[in-house]
Amino acid sequence: MRWLRRHLLVIVAILVLVYMLIPNAVVAVFSFNNPVGRYNYTWQEFSVDAWTNPCGAQGICDSLGLSLRIGLVASLTATALGTMIAFALGRYRFRGRSGTNLLIFMPMATPEVVMGSSLLTLFLMIGLPSGQLAVTIAHIMFCISFVVVAVKARVATLDPRLEEAAADLGSTPVQTFLRVTFPLAFPGILAGALLAFSLSFDDYIITNFNASPSSITFPMYVWGAAQRGAPVQVNVIGTMMFLIALVVVVAGQLLTARRDRARS
Amino acid sequence: MAEVALGTGGAPARPRRRHVGWVPYALLAPGLLWLLVFFAAPMFTLGSQSLQEGNVFDGYVFTGNVSVYADALQKYWPHLLRSVGYAGAATVFALLLAYPLAYVIAQKAGRFQNLMLVLVVAPFFTSFLIRTLAWRTILSDTGPVTELAQRLHITDLLQAANLINNDTLLSSKFAVIAGLTYNFLPFMILPLYASLDRLDHRLVEAAEDLYASPFQAFRHVTWPMSLPGVVAGTLLTFIPAAGDYINSRLLGNTQTIMIGQVIDTQFLRVLDYPLAAALSFVLLLLILALVTTYVRRAGTEELV
Amino acid sequence: MAEHESGDLQLVGLSKRFGEFTAVHPLDLTIPEGSFFALLGPSGCGKTTTLRMVAGLEEPTDGRILIGDTDITHARAYQRNVNTVFQSYALFPHMSVLDNVAFGLRRKKDKDAKRKAQEALDLVQLGHTAAKRPNQLSGGMQQRVALARALVNRPDVLLLDEPLGALDLKLRRQMQIELKRIQQEVGLTFIHVTHDQEEAMTMADRIAVMNGGHLEQLADPTTLYEKPTSTFVANFLGQSNLLRARVTGSAGEGLARADVQGNEVVIDAAKVPDGLTDVWVGVRPEKLTLGESGGRNRLHGTVVDASFTGVATQYLVRTAAGADVVVVQQNDGSARAAVNENVTLSWEPGREFVLDAAQDDHAGMDEVA
Repeated sequence: MRWLRRHLLVIVAILVLVYMLIPNAVVAVFSFNNPVGRYNYTWQEFSVDAWTNPCGAQGICDSLGLSLRIGLVASLTATALGTMIAFALGRYRFRGRSGTNLLIFMPMATPEVVMGSSLLTLFLMIGLPSGQLAVTIAHIMFCISFVVVAVKARVATLDPRLEEAAADLGSTPVQTFLRVTFPLAFPGILAGALLAFSLSFDDYIITNFNASPSSITFPMYVWGAAQRGAPVQVNVIGTMMFLIALVVVVAGQLLTARRDRARS
Repeated sequence: MAEVALGTGGAPARPRRRHVGWVPYALLAPGLLWLLVFFAAPMFTLGSQSLQEGNVFDGYVFTGNVSVYADALQKYWPHLLRSVGYAGAATVFALLLAYPLAYVIAQKAGRFQNLMLVLVVAPFFTSFLIRTLAWRTILSDTGPVTELAQRLHITDLLQAANLINNDTLLSSKFAVIAGLTYNFLPFMILPLYASLDRLDHRLVEAAEDLYASPFQAFRHVTWPMSLPGVVAGTLLTFIPAAGDYINSRLLGNTQTIMIGQVIDTQFLRVLDYPLAAALSFVLLLLILALVTTYVRRAGTEELV
Repeated sequence: MAEHESGDLQLVGLSKRFGEFTAVHPLDLTIPEGSFFALLGPSGCGKTTTLRMVAGLEEPTDGRILIGDTDITHARAYQRNVNTVFQSYALFPHMSVLDNVAFGLRRKKDKDAKRKAQEALDLVQLGHTAAKRPNQLSGGMQQRVALARALVNRPDVLLLDEPLGALDLKLRRQMQIELKRIQQEVGLTFIHVTHDQEEAMTMADRIAVMNGGHLEQLADPTTLYEKPTSTFVANFLGQSNLLRARVTGSAGEGLARADVQGNEVVIDAAKVPDGLTDVWVGVRPEKLTLGESGGRNRLHGTVVDASFTGVATQYLVRTAAGADVVVVQQNDGSARAAVNENVTLSWEPGREFVLDAAQDDHAGMDEVA
């Protein structure tokens, strides 16, 4: 009983983690299911059919490719724009700072359904057709704020004296940025870019308002499939993405851990 | 050592402000322009759209028809209320679940800290929609979870609380709120972790040294110091949850339709643009009003 | 990039204002080439701002900066042949120690950057750490890397901004000797900013004492200590007993008669500022002797506190007029006094300094580090 009281907090924490991870486990397990009928909701029998043929469901890999392309363009553009804003906020004093902060904050405080629908009204008004371009514009828009937050946090930790030291040692402003500021801010920029990519890749609501039947992203494909009964390939691709991301993150962690060990 | 040394510097570090002139504006311009055109301007076109009359085929003309707002509210106030209610409930549950986990990661995890942080963000690695669909499997009528809940009479309890309609878990208020809680949990955990990680454990020890019971130490030291994380986390959970309709659509029934789903349907299926735009606008104002009141009361203005 | 210019560093009417606040009042200063020069003062006295203006990190509001005949007032930091050892070292955390040291040379496209950097590291006895990252080194080692990184560029002027502030006492003493050795070895002009008077006196050939954005006194360490020209300098550098006195006339042989709280003393007439009769007579604690063997001048009082510090004993003696006087007696075997004992203090005329009584006798006291 005393043991339980002492470890209660840790037990609760682990249970919460389990709650968070169960769906991922279920997705992975059911990627090996061989469902009867269209619905992959109850376990039937073990099969690797979907894994050997991940593009086997019609349109799934086209939508995946489209999502990856949009994610790449949107995250790169948003990272460039957001990083510039973060540097302006973190390094300079200027008029209109509070207005800027508000404009950065608002997209994060606005429900997606409002952003998606309002953007649709704008596109209707200016005559921009729904489709890939409209979706990409929308994704860049809602990613910028998150990049700004991620990069700004990093810029705030940079010691301005390092830049002074570089100038003191004869480095021009451009050289200082390339050799000192950028390398030091890079982890934050990378984090912002990865966050932007995952937000873009995963977005359904805003995308749904601005996509056309010829620009079905992966989340839209999953949504549509869910109405009819999702093919097992959806689980396969979900699991693959999970594993790839896990490998990247764990490898990154191990790399920093090893570097830290080498240092001490 | 370097970090420690930085903090002890006597003279204040003055960042160089030589080129204050145009540089910051040049850095801000492209991104802010993008946000102005594709975030701020649409709010005006949304407002304008809501005041137009006509139909998709013949086009719309601006008539300043304010009555659409009365119509929208009259017809859909239950959905608005429901959205706020579900999102509020999910936020409270997420806070209750996230706090112990964030606290353990920040203060007790030791060498498992990085592993636990990876596990917190790991769900993100699988698509939001796919994970929400997985809950249909988990809560399915014939699955082990439902069976266990029935055997432990949890279903009876939930039914008495009017959270489920029959003896099963899926397609119910319960499932929608559980889904919302689940989906936005990481948004609660990460800001909480960030503020709890900064908490110096010696402060808690000092409080206990000064005769505070563990509960009092929590109440007077840990909790107030984690408030910025609580405010950020609750906002990051509540706002998207209030506009979400994926959970209500995939895990709910016709009695759990949230406002987002109405807007989606009116815009994209019914093609009643003015009504949909009006609802969208109302949702935005409602959330802004709630958030502003909340932030004022919590006393944390620094959000970005 | 400025050509290598040798010559003295000259500050002409250099001043800096931040909005309403004047950090540095117009300052004229010549720092001879090859000297070890210290800018000394309490925090906020303007010494760091002065240094930053020389480095090019702060734009002067007015005035000029010259090295030899070259005006560098408006040259950018990266265009000046001036390098800084920063207070927090400001080593680039993402580069190896060697890359840090070679950074400046590489900006100048020096083909020999790597070899020279290695030599500079050897000079500070850190050759073996070349491949490490700065945060793998201790504070003292980082400090030496920062020094090597600045030195290797052979600057016309090397600026040191409280470079030893973050080190513990023992390491600081060690580094003071080390810095002095290196300066003599390379023969460059060093300007050392510090609030530590002992550090400044140990290392510098000449010291400029600054206070509130003004230059208080410029002199070599001995002169500053023996002949301070203001109560601020007298109190900031070491301890001083400032006794209110009135000059009453001449005592012959270059001496003047003065009345200190009813005691008649004689002081060096040359030290009395022209035309003044109301003065502070300053006597350093170690120049006072317990007993009558110290010299002609006498004071009487009661010991109120005695603290033994090993090499010496420090007494606090309250005179009949109520002034507190500090006396330091070397622990050389002579008789010691006890608390509450009535004692006589003595000193030889000429060992005192004399300041205008209009000055605040507490100036610089709270600032003593």
